[in-house]
Amino acid sequence: MNITLQVNGVPRTVDVDPRISLLDLLRERLGLIGAKKGCDHGQCGACTVLIDGRRANACLALAVAVDGSEVTTVEGLAADGELHPLQSAFMEHDAFQCGYCTPGQLCSAAGMLGEPGPSAVTGDILVDPDLTPEEISERMSGNLCRCGAYVNIVSAIGEVAR
Amino acid sequence: MKPFEYARAGSTAEAVRDFGPGTMYLGGGTNLVDLMRLGVAEPERLVDVSRLPLDGIEPVGDRVRVGATVRNTDLAADPLIRTRYPMLARAVLAGASGQVRNVATVAGNLLQRTRCAYFQDVTRPCNKRRPGSGCPAVAGDHANLAVLGTSGACVATHPSDMAVALAALDAQVHVTGPGGDRIIPMPGLHRLPGEEPERDTVLSPGDLITSVELPPPPPGASLYRKVRERASFAFALVSIAAVLDVGADGDVADCRIALGGVAHVPWRAERAERALIGGPATGEAFLQAAEAELEQARPLPRNAFKVPLARNLIVAALEELAP
Repeated sequence: MNITLQVNGVPRTVDVDPRISLLDLLRERLGLIGAKKGCDHGQCGACTVLIDGRRANACLALAVAVDGSEVTTVEGLAADGELHPLQSAFMEHDAFQCGYCTPGQLCSAAGMLGEPGPSAVTGDILVDPDLTPEEISERMSGNLCRCGAYVNIVSAIGEVAR
Repeated sequence: MKPFEYARAGSTAEAVRDFGPGTMYLGGGTNLVDLMRLGVAEPERLVDVSRLPLDGIEPVGDRVRVGATVRNTDLAADPLIRTRYPMLARAVLAGASGQVRNVATVAGNLLQRTRCAYFQDVTRPCNKRRPGSGCPAVAGDHANLAVLGTSGACVATHPSDMAVALAALDAQVHVTGPGGDRIIPMPGLHRLPGEEPERDTVLSPGDLITSVELPPPPPGASLYRKVRERASFAFALVSIAAVLDVGADGDVADCRIALGGVAHVPWRAERAERALIGGPATGEAFLQAAEAELEQARPLPRNAFKVPLARNLIVAALEELAP
Protein backbone atom coordinates (compact mmCIF):
# COMPACT_ATOMS: atom_id res chain seq x y z
CA MET A 1 0.00 0.00 0.00
CA ASN A 2 1.18 3.51 -0.76
CA ILE A 3 1.10 5.89 2.18
CA THR A 4 2.26 9.46 2.56
CA LEU A 5 3.52 10.99 5.78
CA GLN A 6 4.99 14.38 6.58
CA VAL A 7 8.10 13.31 8.45
CA ASN A 8 9.89 16.18 10.17
CA GLY A 9 8.25 18.49 7.65
CA VAL A 10 9.22 16.49 4.56
CA PRO A 11 6.56 14.59 2.60
CA ARG A 12 7.53 10.92 2.26
CA THR A 13 5.55 8.49 0.13
CA VAL A 14 6.36 4.83 0.67
CA ASP A 15 4.95 1.51 -0.45
CA VAL A 16 4.46 -0.53 2.71
CA ASP A 17 3.25 -3.91 3.91
CA PRO A 18 0.27 -3.32 6.25
CA ARG A 19 2.18 -5.14 8.99
CA ILE A 20 4.98 -2.60 9.34
CA SER A 21 4.91 -0.39 12.42
CA LEU A 22 5.60 3.31 12.22
CA LEU A 23 8.76 2.63 14.24
CA ASP A 24 10.12 0.10 11.76
CA LEU A 25 9.15 2.36 8.87
CA LEU A 26 11.11 5.25 10.37
CA ARG A 27 14.14 3.19 11.26
CA GLU A 28 14.36 0.61 8.47
CA ARG A 29 12.91 2.43 5.49
CA LEU A 30 13.45 6.13 6.12
CA GLY A 31 16.83 5.96 7.85
CA LEU A 32 15.62 7.84 10.92
CA ILE A 33 17.17 5.82 13.72
CA GLY A 34 16.56 8.37 16.50
CA ALA A 35 13.42 6.65 17.72
CA LYS A 36 14.60 3.51 19.48
CA LYS A 37 13.15 0.03 19.76
CA GLY A 38 13.16 -0.97 23.41
CA CYS A 39 10.33 -3.34 24.23
CA ASP A 40 8.25 -3.11 21.01
CA HIS A 41 5.14 -3.41 23.23
CA GLY A 42 4.41 0.19 24.23
CA GLN A 43 5.80 -0.27 27.72
CA CYS A 44 9.16 1.52 27.65
CA GLY A 45 8.57 4.68 25.60
CA ALA A 46 11.93 4.58 23.77
CA CYS A 47 10.06 4.79 20.44
CA THR A 48 8.03 7.88 21.37
CA VAL A 49 7.42 10.30 18.48
CA LEU A 50 4.85 13.03 17.87
CA ILE A 51 1.98 12.07 15.57
CA ASP A 52 0.03 15.17 14.51
CA GLY A 53 1.68 16.91 17.47
CA ARG A 54 0.71 14.30 20.07
CA ARG A 55 3.18 11.93 21.64
CA ALA A 56 2.62 8.28 20.84
CA ASN A 57 4.44 4.94 20.86
CA ALA A 58 5.64 4.42 17.28
CA CYS A 59 5.90 0.68 17.94
CA LEU A 60 2.15 0.39 18.52
CA ALA A 61 1.14 2.38 15.43
CA LEU A 62 0.67 0.58 12.16
CA ALA A 63 2.20 2.76 9.47
CA VAL A 64 -0.90 2.35 7.29
CA ALA A 65 -3.08 3.63 10.14
CA VAL A 66 -1.17 6.93 10.34
CA ASP A 67 -1.27 7.54 6.57
CA GLY A 68 -1.70 11.27 6.03
CA SER A 69 -0.28 12.26 9.43
CA GLU A 70 2.54 14.58 10.42
CA VAL A 71 5.26 12.73 12.32
CA THR A 72 8.01 14.43 14.29
CA THR A 73 10.94 12.37 15.51
CA VAL A 74 13.84 13.45 17.69
CA GLU A 75 15.68 14.36 14.47
CA GLY A 76 13.01 16.98 13.83
CA LEU A 77 12.99 18.64 17.27
CA ALA A 78 15.91 20.98 16.58
CA ALA A 79 14.95 23.80 14.21
CA ASP A 80 17.41 25.71 11.99
CA GLY A 81 20.42 24.23 13.71
CA GLU A 82 19.26 25.36 17.16
CA LEU A 83 18.72 22.68 19.76
CA HIS A 84 15.20 22.39 21.13
CA PRO A 85 15.08 23.90 24.65
CA LEU A 86 14.50 20.39 26.01
CA GLN A 87 17.65 19.13 24.30
CA SER A 88 19.70 21.96 25.83
CA ALA A 89 18.16 21.37 29.24
CA PHE A 90 18.92 17.64 29.06
CA MET A 91 22.56 18.49 28.41
CA GLU A 92 22.73 21.12 31.16
CA HIS A 93 21.08 18.82 33.69
CA ASP A 94 23.00 15.68 32.67
CA ALA A 95 19.65 14.00 32.11
CA PHE A 96 21.01 10.77 30.67
CA GLN A 97 23.73 8.19 31.02
CA CYS A 98 23.68 5.68 28.14
CA GLY A 99 21.31 7.84 26.08
CA TYR A 100 19.22 5.01 24.66
CA CYS A 101 15.94 6.27 26.13
CA THR A 102 16.76 9.94 25.48
CA PRO A 103 15.11 10.41 22.05
CA GLY A 104 11.90 8.99 23.49
CA GLN A 105 12.22 11.08 26.64
CA LEU A 106 12.69 14.23 24.55
CA CYS A 107 9.76 13.59 22.23
CA SER A 108 7.58 12.54 25.14
CA ALA A 109 8.46 15.68 27.09
CA ALA A 110 7.84 17.86 24.03
CA GLY A 111 4.39 16.32 23.65
CA MET A 112 3.67 16.38 27.37
CA LEU A 113 4.31 20.14 27.63
CA GLY A 114 1.45 20.63 25.17
CA GLU A 115 -1.00 18.47 27.11
CA PRO A 116 -3.13 20.57 29.45
CA GLY A 117 -5.45 19.13 32.01
CA PRO A 118 -5.03 17.15 35.18
CA SER A 119 -3.02 14.00 35.81
CA ALA A 120 -3.44 11.13 38.23
CA VAL A 121 -1.61 13.11 40.94
CA THR A 122 -3.44 16.42 40.48
CA GLY A 123 -5.28 17.52 43.63
CA ASP A 124 -8.10 19.61 42.15
CA ILE A 125 -9.21 17.99 38.93
CA LEU A 126 -10.84 21.21 37.72
CA VAL A 127 -7.54 23.09 37.70
CA ASP A 128 -4.76 22.67 35.13
CA PRO A 129 -1.87 22.29 37.58
CA ASP A 130 1.65 23.70 37.55
CA LEU A 131 4.20 21.15 36.39
CA THR A 132 5.79 20.30 39.72
CA PRO A 133 8.35 17.49 39.85
CA GLU A 134 5.57 15.16 41.03
CA GLU A 135 3.39 16.12 38.05
CA ILE A 136 6.28 15.67 35.62
CA SER A 137 7.14 12.23 37.01
CA GLU A 138 3.54 11.08 36.65
CA ARG A 139 3.16 12.50 33.14
CA MET A 140 6.46 10.93 32.02
CA SER A 141 5.71 7.47 33.46
CA GLY A 142 5.47 5.99 29.96
CA ASN A 143 9.21 6.52 29.49
CA LEU A 144 11.56 4.18 31.31
CA CYS A 145 15.24 4.95 31.93
CA ARG A 146 17.15 1.87 32.93
CA CYS A 147 20.17 3.98 33.94
CA GLY A 148 17.90 5.66 36.44
CA ALA A 149 18.52 9.25 35.33
CA TYR A 150 15.00 10.17 36.37
CA VAL A 151 15.95 12.88 38.87
CA ASN A 152 17.85 14.86 36.25
CA ILE A 153 15.28 14.17 33.53
CA VAL A 154 12.58 15.65 35.76
CA SER A 155 14.69 18.70 36.60
CA ALA A 156 15.55 19.28 32.91
CA ILE A 157 11.91 19.14 31.89
CA GLY A 158 10.96 21.28 34.88
CA GLU A 159 13.31 24.02 33.72
CA VAL A 160 11.66 24.14 30.29
CA ALA A 161 8.17 23.97 31.78
CA ARG A 162 8.77 27.10 33.87
CA MET B 1 2.75 -11.11 12.39
CA LYS B 2 0.38 -12.82 9.95
CA PRO B 3 -0.42 -10.91 6.75
CA PHE B 4 -3.70 -9.02 6.74
CA GLU B 5 -5.61 -6.58 4.58
CA TYR B 6 -6.13 -3.06 5.81
CA ALA B 7 -9.04 -0.77 4.99
CA ARG B 8 -10.04 2.57 6.47
CA ALA B 9 -13.79 2.85 6.99
CA GLY B 10 -15.48 6.01 5.71
CA SER B 11 -18.60 5.62 7.85
CA THR B 12 -20.02 3.35 10.53
CA ALA B 13 -22.36 1.80 7.94
CA GLU B 14 -19.41 1.09 5.68
CA ALA B 15 -17.43 -0.40 8.57
CA VAL B 16 -20.26 -2.78 9.45
CA ARG B 17 -20.78 -3.67 5.79
CA ASP B 18 -17.06 -4.44 5.41
CA PHE B 19 -17.03 -6.74 8.42
CA GLY B 20 -16.74 -10.37 7.40
CA PRO B 21 -15.20 -13.57 8.77
CA GLY B 22 -11.67 -12.93 10.03
CA THR B 23 -12.27 -9.18 10.28
CA MET B 24 -11.43 -7.07 13.30
CA TYR B 25 -12.10 -3.40 13.88
CA LEU B 26 -9.00 -1.31 14.61
CA GLY B 27 -9.28 1.62 17.00
CA GLY B 28 -6.16 3.23 18.42
CA GLY B 29 -4.46 -0.15 18.22
CA THR B 30 -2.60 0.15 21.51
CA ASN B 31 -3.82 -3.30 22.56
CA LEU B 32 -4.72 -4.97 19.25
CA VAL B 33 -1.43 -4.22 17.45
CA ASP B 34 0.44 -5.64 20.42
CA LEU B 35 -1.74 -8.77 20.42
CA MET B 36 -1.12 -9.18 16.68
CA ARG B 37 2.62 -8.91 17.24
CA LEU B 38 2.37 -11.56 19.98
CA GLY B 39 0.38 -13.84 17.68
CA VAL B 40 -2.61 -13.75 20.03
CA ALA B 41 -4.80 -11.91 17.50
CA GLU B 42 -4.56 -12.99 13.87
CA PRO B 43 -7.07 -10.99 11.86
CA GLU B 44 -7.21 -11.51 8.11
CA ARG B 45 -8.59 -8.04 7.65
CA LEU B 46 -8.50 -4.86 9.70
CA VAL B 47 -11.21 -2.27 9.26
CA ASP B 48 -9.82 0.92 10.74
CA VAL B 49 -12.59 2.80 12.55
CA SER B 50 -10.31 5.17 14.45
CA ARG B 51 -10.98 8.14 12.16
CA LEU B 52 -14.74 7.82 12.01
CA PRO B 53 -16.46 11.06 13.06
CA LEU B 54 -17.31 9.63 16.50
CA ASP B 55 -14.89 11.80 18.46
CA GLY B 56 -17.24 14.29 20.11
CA ILE B 57 -18.21 14.81 23.75
CA GLU B 58 -21.56 16.58 23.88
CA PRO B 59 -24.45 17.15 26.25
CA VAL B 60 -27.70 15.51 25.18
CA GLY B 61 -30.40 16.87 27.48
CA ASP B 62 -29.25 16.07 31.01
CA ARG B 63 -26.94 13.35 29.72
CA VAL B 64 -23.53 13.41 28.08
CA ARG B 65 -22.65 11.43 24.97
CA VAL B 66 -19.04 10.39 24.51
CA GLY B 67 -18.12 9.23 21.02
CA ALA B 68 -16.46 5.84 20.60
CA THR B 69 -13.27 7.22 19.06
CA VAL B 70 -12.67 9.93 21.66
CA ARG B 71 -9.10 9.45 22.81
CA ASN B 72 -8.58 8.70 26.50
CA THR B 73 -6.53 11.89 26.95
CA ASP B 74 -9.33 14.03 25.53
CA LEU B 75 -11.96 12.33 27.67
CA ALA B 76 -10.02 12.98 30.88
CA ALA B 77 -9.22 16.60 29.94
CA ASP B 78 -12.76 17.52 28.86
CA PRO B 79 -14.26 20.27 31.05
CA LEU B 80 -17.72 18.69 31.04
CA ILE B 81 -16.35 15.31 32.16
CA ARG B 82 -14.09 16.86 34.80
CA THR B 83 -16.95 18.93 36.20
CA ARG B 84 -19.81 16.43 36.09
CA TYR B 85 -18.04 13.06 36.20
CA PRO B 86 -14.72 13.63 38.01
CA MET B 87 -14.61 9.96 38.96
CA LEU B 88 -14.51 9.04 35.27
CA ALA B 89 -11.72 11.52 34.52
CA ARG B 90 -9.78 10.14 37.51
CA ALA B 91 -10.24 6.56 36.34
CA VAL B 92 -9.00 7.37 32.83
CA LEU B 93 -5.99 9.22 34.22
CA ALA B 94 -5.17 6.24 36.44
CA GLY B 95 -4.72 4.00 33.41
CA ALA B 96 -1.79 3.43 31.03
CA SER B 97 0.69 6.19 30.08
CA GLY B 98 0.42 9.59 28.41
CA GLN B 99 1.45 8.09 25.07
CA VAL B 100 -1.10 5.29 25.25
CA ARG B 101 -3.93 7.57 26.44
CA ASN B 102 -3.27 9.90 23.50
CA VAL B 103 -4.06 7.11 21.08
CA ALA B 104 -6.39 4.68 22.88
CA THR B 105 -10.10 5.18 22.22
CA VAL B 106 -13.11 4.90 24.51
CA ALA B 107 -14.45 1.84 22.67
CA GLY B 108 -11.02 0.25 22.52
CA ASN B 109 -10.56 0.79 26.24
CA LEU B 110 -13.82 -1.10 26.88
CA LEU B 111 -12.87 -3.92 24.50
CA GLN B 112 -9.22 -4.38 25.51
CA ARG B 113 -8.27 -7.92 26.39
CA THR B 114 -6.99 -9.31 29.66
CA ARG B 115 -3.29 -9.00 30.44
CA CYS B 116 -3.18 -12.53 31.94
CA ALA B 117 0.33 -13.78 31.12
CA TYR B 118 -0.96 -17.09 29.74
CA PHE B 119 -3.44 -15.39 27.43
CA GLN B 120 -0.59 -13.35 25.98
CA ASP B 121 1.79 -16.31 25.58
CA VAL B 122 0.84 -18.42 22.56
CA THR B 123 3.15 -21.24 23.65
CA ARG B 124 0.89 -21.91 26.66
CA PRO B 125 -2.65 -23.27 26.91
CA CYS B 126 -5.41 -20.74 27.56
CA ASN B 127 -9.15 -21.32 27.44
CA LYS B 128 -9.74 -17.72 26.42
CA ARG B 129 -7.32 -17.86 23.50
CA ARG B 130 -7.80 -21.52 22.54
CA PRO B 131 -11.09 -22.82 24.01
CA GLY B 132 -10.73 -26.16 25.74
CA SER B 133 -6.94 -26.05 25.98
CA GLY B 134 -6.90 -25.50 29.74
CA CYS B 135 -6.00 -22.76 32.22
CA PRO B 136 -2.44 -22.86 33.58
CA ALA B 137 -3.13 -19.79 35.73
CA VAL B 138 -5.12 -21.74 38.32
CA ALA B 139 -2.01 -23.69 39.34
CA GLY B 140 0.44 -21.08 38.11
CA ASP B 141 0.89 -17.31 38.15
CA HIS B 142 -2.45 -15.89 39.22
CA ALA B 143 -1.25 -13.28 41.71
CA ASN B 144 -2.99 -10.49 39.82
CA LEU B 145 -5.99 -12.46 38.57
CA ALA B 146 -9.62 -12.62 39.59
CA VAL B 147 -11.19 -13.48 42.94
CA LEU B 148 -14.84 -12.80 42.09
CA GLY B 149 -17.06 -14.44 39.48
CA THR B 150 -14.38 -16.82 38.27
CA SER B 151 -15.00 -20.21 36.68
CA GLY B 152 -12.89 -23.35 36.52
CA ALA B 153 -12.14 -22.38 32.92
CA CYS B 154 -10.81 -18.86 33.48
CA VAL B 155 -9.63 -16.53 36.23
CA ALA B 156 -8.70 -13.58 33.99
CA THR B 157 -9.44 -9.98 34.95
CA HIS B 158 -10.68 -7.13 32.81
CA PRO B 159 -7.86 -4.58 32.93
CA SER B 160 -9.70 -1.30 32.34
CA ASP B 161 -9.94 1.51 34.87
CA MET B 162 -12.35 3.55 32.75
CA ALA B 163 -14.85 0.68 32.58
CA VAL B 164 -15.01 0.52 36.39
CA ALA B 165 -16.13 4.14 36.56
CA LEU B 166 -18.60 3.59 33.71
CA ALA B 167 -20.07 0.61 35.57
CA ALA B 168 -20.59 2.75 38.66
CA LEU B 169 -22.18 5.52 36.58
CA ASP B 170 -24.74 3.21 34.88
CA ALA B 171 -23.34 4.24 31.49
CA GLN B 172 -25.07 3.02 28.34
CA VAL B 173 -23.07 1.63 25.45
CA HIS B 174 -24.53 2.41 22.03
CA VAL B 175 -23.83 -0.27 19.46
CA THR B 176 -24.54 -0.66 15.77
CA GLY B 177 -24.05 -3.84 13.83
CA PRO B 178 -25.38 -6.29 11.28
CA GLY B 179 -28.42 -6.81 13.53
CA GLY B 180 -29.19 -3.09 13.83
CA ASP B 181 -28.69 -0.60 16.66
CA ARG B 182 -28.99 -1.34 20.35
CA ILE B 183 -28.08 -0.01 23.77
CA ILE B 184 -26.23 -2.13 26.32
CA PRO B 185 -26.22 -0.96 29.95
CA MET B 186 -23.05 -0.92 32.05
CA PRO B 187 -22.45 -3.14 33.87
CA GLY B 188 -23.65 -5.67 31.32
CA LEU B 189 -21.35 -5.18 28.34
CA HIS B 190 -18.78 -7.54 29.81
CA ARG B 191 -19.63 -11.09 30.84
CA LEU B 192 -18.32 -13.55 33.39
CA PRO B 193 -16.15 -16.32 31.93
CA GLY B 194 -18.34 -19.34 32.74
CA GLU B 195 -17.63 -22.06 30.23
CA GLU B 196 -17.04 -19.59 27.39
CA PRO B 197 -14.10 -17.43 28.52
CA GLU B 198 -13.29 -16.68 24.87
CA ARG B 199 -16.25 -14.29 24.95
CA ASP B 200 -15.29 -11.14 26.86
CA THR B 201 -18.50 -9.26 26.10
CA VAL B 202 -22.07 -9.73 24.94
CA LEU B 203 -21.23 -8.18 21.55
CA SER B 204 -21.77 -10.23 18.38
CA PRO B 205 -19.40 -10.36 15.40
CA GLY B 206 -19.59 -7.11 13.45
CA ASP B 207 -21.02 -5.10 16.34
CA LEU B 208 -19.42 -1.67 16.55
CA ILE B 209 -19.57 0.61 19.59
CA THR B 210 -20.50 4.11 18.43
CA SER B 211 -20.79 6.00 21.73
CA VAL B 212 -21.11 5.75 25.48
CA GLU B 213 -23.89 7.76 27.07
CA LEU B 214 -23.59 8.97 30.64
CA PRO B 215 -26.78 9.49 32.65
CA PRO B 216 -26.93 12.50 34.98
CA PRO B 217 -24.28 12.11 37.67
CA PRO B 218 -25.63 10.43 40.79
CA PRO B 219 -25.96 12.66 43.87
CA GLY B 220 -23.26 12.50 46.49
CA ALA B 221 -19.50 12.52 46.64
CA SER B 222 -17.47 10.26 44.39
CA LEU B 223 -13.93 8.99 43.93
CA TYR B 224 -11.78 6.59 41.97
CA ARG B 225 -8.90 4.97 43.81
CA LYS B 226 -6.43 2.45 42.44
CA VAL B 227 -4.00 0.18 44.27
CA ARG B 228 -1.13 -1.08 42.16
CA GLU B 229 2.42 -2.38 42.45
CA ARG B 230 4.06 0.84 41.29
CA ALA B 231 2.89 4.43 41.44
CA SER B 232 2.09 4.84 37.74
CA PHE B 233 1.65 2.94 34.46
CA ALA B 234 0.58 -0.35 36.05
CA PHE B 235 -2.68 -2.27 36.06
CA ALA B 236 -4.78 -2.34 39.19
CA LEU B 237 -4.39 -4.97 41.85
CA VAL B 238 -7.73 -3.64 43.07
CA SER B 239 -9.44 -0.39 42.19
CA ILE B 240 -12.71 1.19 43.25
CA ALA B 241 -15.17 3.68 41.81
CA ALA B 242 -17.51 4.79 44.57
CA VAL B 243 -20.34 7.27 45.02
CA LEU B 244 -21.89 7.93 48.42
CA ASP B 245 -24.89 10.11 49.17
CA VAL B 246 -25.64 10.52 52.87
CA GLY B 247 -28.94 12.17 53.88
CA ALA B 248 -29.45 14.78 56.60
CA ASP B 249 -30.45 11.95 58.96
CA GLY B 250 -26.99 10.39 58.62
CA ASP B 251 -28.29 7.41 56.66
CA VAL B 252 -27.05 6.34 53.25
CA ALA B 253 -29.53 7.64 50.67
CA ASP B 254 -27.71 6.17 47.69
CA CYS B 255 -24.44 4.51 46.94
CA ARG B 256 -22.60 3.01 44.02
CA ILE B 257 -19.55 0.77 44.28
CA ALA B 258 -17.66 -0.82 41.38
CA LEU B 259 -14.39 -2.73 41.67
CA GLY B 260 -11.60 -3.25 39.15
CA GLY B 261 -8.84 -5.84 39.07
CA VAL B 262 -10.93 -8.49 40.79
CA ALA B 263 -13.09 -10.04 38.06
CA HIS B 264 -13.60 -10.78 34.36
CA VAL B 265 -15.90 -7.74 34.36
CA PRO B 266 -15.87 -4.34 36.03
CA TRP B 267 -17.52 -5.66 39.20
CA ARG B 268 -20.52 -3.78 40.50
CA ALA B 269 -20.69 -4.50 44.24
CA GLU B 270 -24.47 -4.81 44.41
CA ARG B 271 -24.52 -6.75 47.68
CA ALA B 272 -22.52 -4.04 49.40
CA GLU B 273 -24.75 -1.33 47.93
CA ARG B 274 -27.90 -3.11 49.14
CA ALA B 275 -26.39 -3.55 52.58
CA LEU B 276 -25.62 0.14 52.84
CA ILE B 277 -28.65 1.92 51.39
CA GLY B 278 -31.03 3.04 54.15
CA GLY B 279 -28.56 2.26 56.92
CA PRO B 280 -26.16 4.43 58.89
CA ALA B 281 -23.03 5.78 57.21
CA THR B 282 -20.62 4.44 59.80
CA GLY B 283 -17.30 2.65 59.58
CA GLU B 284 -18.89 -0.47 61.03
CA ALA B 285 -21.63 -0.46 58.39
CA PHE B 286 -19.02 0.05 55.65
CA LEU B 287 -17.05 -2.96 56.90
CA GLN B 288 -20.15 -5.17 57.07
CA ALA B 289 -21.12 -4.15 53.54
CA ALA B 290 -17.64 -4.89 52.21
CA GLU B 291 -17.67 -8.27 53.90
CA ALA B 292 -21.11 -9.05 52.50
CA GLU B 293 -19.78 -8.41 49.02
CA LEU B 294 -16.58 -10.38 49.46
CA GLU B 295 -18.27 -13.45 50.94
CA GLN B 296 -18.62 -14.50 47.29
CA ALA B 297 -14.88 -14.31 46.65
CA ARG B 298 -13.16 -17.54 45.62
CA PRO B 299 -9.49 -16.60 45.74
CA LEU B 300 -6.60 -18.82 44.70
CA PRO B 301 -3.54 -19.27 46.93
CA ARG B 302 -1.49 -16.42 45.47
CA ASN B 303 -4.24 -13.86 44.99
CA ALA B 304 -5.99 -14.31 48.33
CA PHE B 305 -4.45 -10.97 49.38
CA LYS B 306 -6.94 -9.26 47.09
CA VAL B 307 -9.86 -10.09 49.36
CA PRO B 308 -8.70 -8.10 52.40
CA LEU B 309 -7.25 -5.50 50.02
CA ALA B 310 -10.65 -5.02 48.36
CA ARG B 311 -12.39 -4.99 51.75
CA ASN B 312 -10.05 -2.34 53.13
CA LEU B 313 -10.29 -0.31 49.93
CA ILE B 314 -14.10 -0.29 50.06
CA VAL B 315 -14.07 0.80 53.71
CA ALA B 316 -11.39 3.47 53.15
CA ALA B 317 -13.20 4.85 50.09
CA LEU B 318 -16.54 5.09 51.86
CA GLU B 319 -14.98 6.65 54.94
CA GLU B 320 -13.37 9.28 52.73
CA LEU B 321 -16.68 10.00 51.03
CA ALA B 322 -18.79 10.08 54.21
CA PRO B 323 -19.46 13.61 55.51
